[in-house]
Amino acid sequence: MSTDHYIVLSAILFSLGALGVLIRRNAIVVFMCVEMMLNASNLAFVAFSRQAGNLDGQTIAFFVMIVAAAEVVIGLAIIVTIYRTRRSASIDEPNLMKY
Amino acid sequence: MTFSTVLTSLATSIPLEEHSSDVIAPSVNTPAAASGIFTLMFLLIALPALGAVLLLLLGRRSDKWGHLLGTLMPIGSFGLAVAMYFAMLHRPAADRPVTQHLWNWIDVGSFQAPFALQLDQLSICFVLLITGVGSLIHIYSIGYMKGDPHRRKFFAYLNLFVAAMLLLVLADNYLLLYVGWEGVGLASYLLIGFYIYKPSAAVAAKKAFVVNRVGDVGLSIAIMLMFVTLGTFTFEGVNEKIGSASPTATTWIGLALLLAACGKSAQFPLQSWLLDAMEGPTPVSALIHAATMVTAGVYLIVRSNAIFDLSNTARTAVLIIGAITLVMGAIIGCAKDDIKKALAGSTMSQIGYMVLAAGLGPIGYVFAIFHLLMHGMFKADLFLGAGSVMHGMHDELDMRRFGALRKVMVVTFVTFTFGWLAIMGVPPFDGFYSKDKIIESAFGQGWVPGLVALLGAGVTAFYMTRMWTMTFTGKARWTEQNEHPHEASKWMLFPMIVLAILSLVGGFTLAWGNSIENWLTPVTGFAHAETVLPEKIISYSTLALVALGALIAYRQYRRDVPLTAPQHVSALTVAARNDLYGDAVNEAVFMRPGQWLTRSLVYFDNKGIDGVVNGVAATFGGLSGRMRRLQSGFARSYALAMVVGAVLVGASLVLVRM
Amino acid sequence: MNNMPILTLMIVIPLLGALAVMLIPEAQAKLAKWFALGVSLLVFVMMVAIATQFKADSPDQFQFVDSFTWIKAFGVSFSLGVDGIALVLIALSVILVPLVIIAGWNDADDNPHASVRGYFALILALEACMIGVFAAIDVFLFYFIFEAMLLPVYFLIGRYGGQNRQYASMKFLIYSLVGGLFMLASLIGLYVVAGKELGAGTFDFQTLTQLHIDPGTQKLLFLGFFLAFAIKAPLVPFHTWLPDAAAASTPATAVLLVGVLDKVGTFGMLRLCLPLFPEASRYFAPLVIVLSVVGIIYGALLAIGQTDLKRLIAYTSISHFGFIGLGIFAMTTQGQSGSTFYMFNHGLSTGALFLLAGFLMTRRGSNLIPSFGGINTVAPVLTGMFLIAGLSSMGLPGMSSFVSEFLVLAGAFAKYKVAAIIATTGIILAAIYILLMFQRMMTGPIKAGCEKVGEINKRELVAIVPLVLLIIGLGFYPKPALDVINPAVDRVLTKVGQVDPQPAIAGVTQTPVEQPAVTSTAPATSASEGAL
Repeated sequence: MSTDHYIVLSAILFSLGALGVLIRRNAIVVFMCVEMMLNASNLAFVAFSRQAGNLDGQTIAFFVMIVAAAEVVIGLAIIVTIYRTRRSASIDEPNLMKY
Repeated sequence: MTFSTVLTSLATSIPLEEHSSDVIAPSVNTPAAASGIFTLMFLLIALPALGAVLLLLLGRRSDKWGHLLGTLMPIGSFGLAVAMYFAMLHRPAADRPVTQHLWNWIDVGSFQAPFALQLDQLSICFVLLITGVGSLIHIYSIGYMKGDPHRRKFFAYLNLFVAAMLLLVLADNYLLLYVGWEGVGLASYLLIGFYIYKPSAAVAAKKAFVVNRVGDVGLSIAIMLMFVTLGTFTFEGVNEKIGSASPTATTWIGLALLLAACGKSAQFPLQSWLLDAMEGPTPVSALIHAATMVTAGVYLIVRSNAIFDLSNTARTAVLIIGAITLVMGAIIGCAKDDIKKALAGSTMSQIGYMVLAAGLGPIGYVFAIFHLLMHGMFKADLFLGAGSVMHGMHDELDMRRFGALRKVMVVTFVTFTFGWLAIMGVPPFDGFYSKDKIIESAFGQGWVPGLVALLGAGVTAFYMTRMWTMTFTGKARWTEQNEHPHEASKWMLFPMIVLAILSLVGGFTLAWGNSIENWLTPVTGFAHAETVLPEKIISYSTLALVALGALIAYRQYRRDVPLTAPQHVSALTVAARNDLYGDAVNEAVFMRPGQWLTRSLVYFDNKGIDGVVNGVAATFGGLSGRMRRLQSGFARSYALAMVVGAVLVGASLVLVRM
Repeated sequence: MNNMPILTLMIVIPLLGALAVMLIPEAQAKLAKWFALGVSLLVFVMMVAIATQFKADSPDQFQFVDSFTWIKAFGVSFSLGVDGIALVLIALSVILVPLVIIAGWNDADDNPHASVRGYFALILALEACMIGVFAAIDVFLFYFIFEAMLLPVYFLIGRYGGQNRQYASMKFLIYSLVGGLFMLASLIGLYVVAGKELGAGTFDFQTLTQLHIDPGTQKLLFLGFFLAFAIKAPLVPFHTWLPDAAAASTPATAVLLVGVLDKVGTFGMLRLCLPLFPEASRYFAPLVIVLSVVGIIYGALLAIGQTDLKRLIAYTSISHFGFIGLGIFAMTTQGQSGSTFYMFNHGLSTGALFLLAGFLMTRRGSNLIPSFGGINTVAPVLTGMFLIAGLSSMGLPGMSSFVSEFLVLAGAFAKYKVAAIIATTGIILAAIYILLMFQRMMTGPIKAGCEKVGEINKRELVAIVPLVLLIIGLGFYPKPALDVINPAVDRVLTKVGQVDPQPAIAGVTQTPVEQPAVTSTAPATSASEGAL
């Protein structure tokens, strides 16, 4: 199988994820879309790694996974806290952090 | 030079030196290093300086005896000066100038200013005058300032003045002279403003200093010109090298020195400060604003004779300034009812005489100094007399409230009369000898200066007789209950008597056998005036004019004088009462535009320059204010921006690749 | 003694002192003050040691050189050394700091925003920077300290100042940073140019002065340095930060700011711009002369129009900086020696004026001139000191400032007559601004509110009297300072390739300039004769 297929899939997944981030309001869903984007890029890394024949891309994919895991922990904690205080998980609600 | 031709055409041209055979040029002997008593030369200055420092540092602790210490210092200097004078007499003329090099003051490249003193025939005259009259006035002040809580401070300032004035006349270069020059200005500032709680005194003091500074600019420029053209500014170096300088440079140096002299000696157009300076205590007016400091300008011109001898333009300018001031001062003196201001007008006028004489060149230098010395005596006498009258009359200055004081203040009356006769030039009083010589020399220059000087003598007689008559004769215009005039204390009478005697005997002593001419000639040079009229005729017509002026004044003011000045008088009288509009001109030409300029510049600085600076800041502030609106707080719009940005970057990369 | 890195110690000791002061608990503020004073006096003693061992006629340009490698890759070293110019300015800083600490003893008390110890620690830190910036003989080190010294000043104004302090400190900082940015650009340029010519870049001052930079590049590099210095000095039209900063800071800070910190600008022009970029300096000299003369008159006129005491003094300084600039760029021995000495004297006289103004303002509780009146009656000694400081500021002969002012004018007159004459009229304006202020504040009847103004106290006298003594002493005997300055200035002039103009009549016989103008025909000048 050529690398192209993986890359196309990765691009589709990434675009879906980006679209989700842009149009969904529920913080949890947005969060999962971000995860989808990260994993799309992981897919690309691994594909390229296989094409190049070395392990660099795979290593980075592991890094991304670890960062993503950490991010999930903190992100979910924040979302839960926000939900507790504001009774909503809408991402448009907490727009207090502006100018 | 057109400027030069205009000036010279105003007065008849000066007989050039090669034409007159009997010109004695100043000798160019190098002064010898001080030896013997002259090694104490520095003490002349150090004593009064020490007095000033001690009195100021000790403060209130020396209140009880400060005035005595302050008086002893100039007396000590006077004693030294007399000793030096006799030591000088014993030397041949060529050995008389001595210098004392104290230390290298400023030494930068070719700019060499030694801190060195020079005593020669000219400066010893001044030293004797300053310390002599100075000591007398210190003694007078003991009595005059008796009730003043700040008497000690007054003596400190007087000592400071004496020290600075001595530095001025003893300096051996122009830069050190400058130190004394501004030093006396500072002392004058402090003393005019001595009654510091009086706003008018403070304003007058400031005015005197600022106007003097205008003159000081002239002195600065003169020194810089000397440095640039000659590479030196010691008297000796300048005298020696000025001959090889270009005529233009010489003329400009002369004119700059004249500007300096105008400031210090209250000559037109910088005369306005002197009348206001009468705000100071009367001894100050006598010492600083009559006898010594205001004559420093004459000293400067005579000292720089080598420069003025080489530039007809500069010399003619001196002559014209002197003539103008002579007339102005006399006119002002005629109209003032305030006794001190009338005397101040007369001081202006008499210094005008000296400056005029100095402008005559070698035929006049000696007589300028002669008149300066005589003036120092009789004018101090007159001022002290005026002070005594004021003292007796509860600080009343208006002559319209005096009258018939001869009966109650006999000593003051007699001494004042001596001064009055001297200033009018009645023989054998000292003013006769010096003034007569000046008028004669002026006729040596031509008709115009001669007639101005002659006329001035008549007007002098008029205003001085007016003052004398209004003050001492006629009916009393005061009441015993209100003023209670009385004679002053012995402290005050003693100096007045001494000065009165000097006014009587000073003239013929110095004129005896042309001794003053012979004494000063090695420094100033001398030439005999070839007058356009026989000397006898000049002498007699002067005396006749003086008699006429005195008679008119006596007839007019012996009768009842109204207590308030009449209002319907000629335009000239009104102008004279207003100091010939000197202040009005200054206000209109300098002060008002200056204030306007200052105000508008302050506005410009705040709104213009700082406006631009703050404007730039505000622009960036405004821009960032707009741009932070983009920070809306909606996470999804940020995400959109990121995606758009990423797409744009990706797209442009792709485009570049293609 | 000479092996001791004394200059480095003079920087390290106040820095350590500043740290130590910060460690003293706030409850013992008094101890902090005494400690700070002690440190500054120790530095002063070291300064005296340097001054006595300094050899004015030494063949080396810099003495007491300490050199440590700092950033090897860029050829940066931590090199210190002093010549006459630097020595005089370091002396000024070191004299002023203890006096300022004494005068500002109570400045930081009752300050709700900041601690007392912080105030004195910052002053010590600033002292270290001032010594460093004058002693640096590595251009990068100079730049580094030039920027670093903004921080103590920023905090001194911003935390301890009066009204408007936020605005003023920010304005000061931004202005200085903009200037510093230009300098940084030029500095990098200089490094590159040096790299091209020598093969390896360097920041060593003496090496850099040996470069042959082409004139076009020189001009650009010169402008970068000059802008930074013109803002620091400040020359008109880059001056508007100074009145704000001076008015908002405490008197002690104002003294250090105007008295010493601004001198870094004029010092930089003289010690860096001229030797590094001789051709460009000559090219731009007329422009700088014009700016300076405009500054003299403009600053003086604005000073006359001020109603705020500290702003007035700040504007007089702008006028004085014009004189300094005039002297430096006239490029004559007299002008540059005069300017260097002027920097020193200006620190003394303006320092005294600011401190006295501070004493008055603390007593009266107002910094507006119209709220004073008749002070002489209640505080004659304070008034007298104020008058002396004022007279010094207007260059009265007999005060040290006269010597320097006249040297500047005479030096400028030799080359630029018109400029010098216009500058000379500045002395009239100087008399007006000082005496007008004196008249309004000190004379006349006592104004309401001034009755309680007390006489100067002992602590304040201790801070002022040394300044007054120096002002008058150096006025009559400026030799110690001038002897040190002259050789250093001659070096600069040689580097710029300028020779003093000869006297106009000197066709006959003249030794080339450096020697007294004695014509061979004259048997003796009064100077040499007096030595007999």
